[in-house]
This record gives sequence, structure tokens and C-alpha cells, in this order.
Amino acid sequence: MTLRLFLLCLLGALALPLAAQDRLPPAPYAYQQLKDPAQEARAKKLMEELRCLVCQGQSIADSDAPLAGDMRHEVRTKIAAGESPGEIKAWLVARYGNWVTYDPPFDMATSLLWLGPLLFLAIGGWLAFGRFRRGGDDAEDAP
Amino acid sequence: MKNRWVLFVPLAIMGLLFGAFIYRLVTPAETLIQSQWINKPMPLFDLPPATAGVEGLKSSQLADGKPRLVNVFASWCIPCRAEAPQLEALKAAGVPIDGIAIRDRPDDVAMFLREYGNPFDRIGSDMQSSVQIALGSSGVPETFLIDGKGIIREQIQGVILADQVPEIVARLEAMK
Repeated sequence: MTLRLFLLCLLGALALPLAAQDRLPPAPYAYQQLKDPAQEARAKKLMEELRCLVCQGQSIADSDAPLAGDMRHEVRTKIAAGESPGEIKAWLVARYGNWVTYDPPFDMATSLLWLGPLLFLAIGGWLAFGRFRRGGDDAEDAP
Repeated sequence: MKNRWVLFVPLAIMGLLFGAFIYRLVTPAETLIQSQWINKPMPLFDLPPATAGVEGLKSSQLADGKPRLVNVFASWCIPCRAEAPQLEALKAAGVPIDGIAIRDRPDDVAMFLREYGNPFDRIGSDMQSSVQIALGSSGVPETFLIDGKGIIREQIQGVILADQVPEIVARLEAMK
């Protein structure tokens, strides 16, 4: 049983590299640009801010994973059909969560990221203020 | 100076930060991306048969009153082979299973079914992963628990293990 579990875990670990080995050609719009340059520009901009689900550090514009190719096909087809980048992004976020976008909205999870610098600036200012005032006092107290 | 210990606060903060970094290095964050498309109706699709002799799959067929599994798999997916016995066990327990074959070729699907068994009532061919993306699925194998009304109730990512089988049967039973 332990051995079987171990083998299963091993298979799991191998899953990602092997997952790249399907034998189908890429989807039509995985590597092909849209004819209309304005549409292609919108698609490109959106693809650069969508995160690949397989190569999780890359955008779907950068990744060669088959699923990323299929997602590019999806994005380009939807753009060509007249959908706005915002609609497509919302469609994907409804399925994969904010994880799928590199431009997450301001919410509870990201608030510290946005407000953190202000918070630290305030703490630093408060500390510096106290320090300077005390410094003045010290100078007066000095013999 | 009275509050001498205050001098150690920065060091303590650095220590905590350092500890946090080391913790994340040693135990990397969860990389499975769960579908958010849960408790929502099956996306509309009409997939052609993945191979000769097995029916294709339409989303409307998933709302026939019987809770079922939809297994997202591929013949080129090695872990899917390890999952085959568990799917057989589920089928033997009376669970209807439909399949969606991702980026697959008819010959390869036929070979996969010959070699590892065919627990599927129907198999739709998803050549460009479009249904997979519409499901919020990020890999193979994945299994969705669908209630009788065609609402997706749960997603299982990765291989179904033998000890999960009774639980899955029970959950589907509870949806009846």
C-alpha cells in the first residue's frame, strides 16, 4: 500500500512535464495573430496580464504550455467575436479566481499590499518625529 | 536607558521575517488552482465523440435527474492510467461517469480505453480545452461531481485514490 501510494505520488510529481506531451497541433489562434491589428493589440495586452495555469510564473502570452496556447486561442476568438478584454477577464476570473490575473483588484487580500507602504511611511514618520523631538530635549539637557 | 529590550525589537522582527521566508522555502505554497465554477450550472457545450463507438457529450445530457461524475482526462496523461481502477470501482458501485478527453486523438483514446478499461457512458472530445477552461479546470485528471439538475457541486483535482471511492459514492447518493 505504501509503495502504491509512493508510486502514485511519483506519478503526480511527473504529471506536469508529461502533460505537455499531447500529440495535437496547437489551436489555430495559439500562435497566430488576429488579422485586425487593433484587435490583436487588445488581445496581446490581455494575454500578458493573464497567468498560465501550468507554468504558474508566466503569463499565457509567454508560456508554451498547451493549455496556455488554448487559452490564447480562447482570448483571441472572444476578442474577434467582439467581446471586450474586461468581459473576457471577468469570465476567466469567475472560473479561476483572481489568481488568474496579474492585475488583481483592490480587496481584503490585496489591501495590505496597497496600503502597506502608506502604513510604514506613517510609522516611520511617527518614529522620526518622536526621535527628533527627544533629540531636541537631549540637547537642552546636555551639560 | 530603561527600555533596553526595545533595542531587540528590530532583531526580533527580522527573525520573524527570516523564519517566514524559510518556512515558505521548505513548504512551497499550494499550486493547485481550484475551480471557482462550483455550485454553478454546467457550461453549455456540445462535444463530438472522442472515439468511434462511444457517444459524444452534451451539457444538456448532464441534467437528467441522476447525479454523476464528469471525468476530465486524456490518453497522454500518465496519472489518468493510475486512476482507471478507481473509476472502474465507481462504475461498479453504480455511479454514472461521463468523460471529457482533452487535446486527444480518436486512435489514442481508443487505445487508452482498450488498455485501461472504459468506465465512461459518453466521452466528449475537447480538442482546444475550451470546455476545460469553461469549467475552471487546470489540468488532468480532474473529476467533477454533478447533481441531477446539472449543477457542479464539487471538483476533485488529481488522481482519485482508492480510499476516496466510498466517500464519492456517498456524496453522489446524498445528491439524489
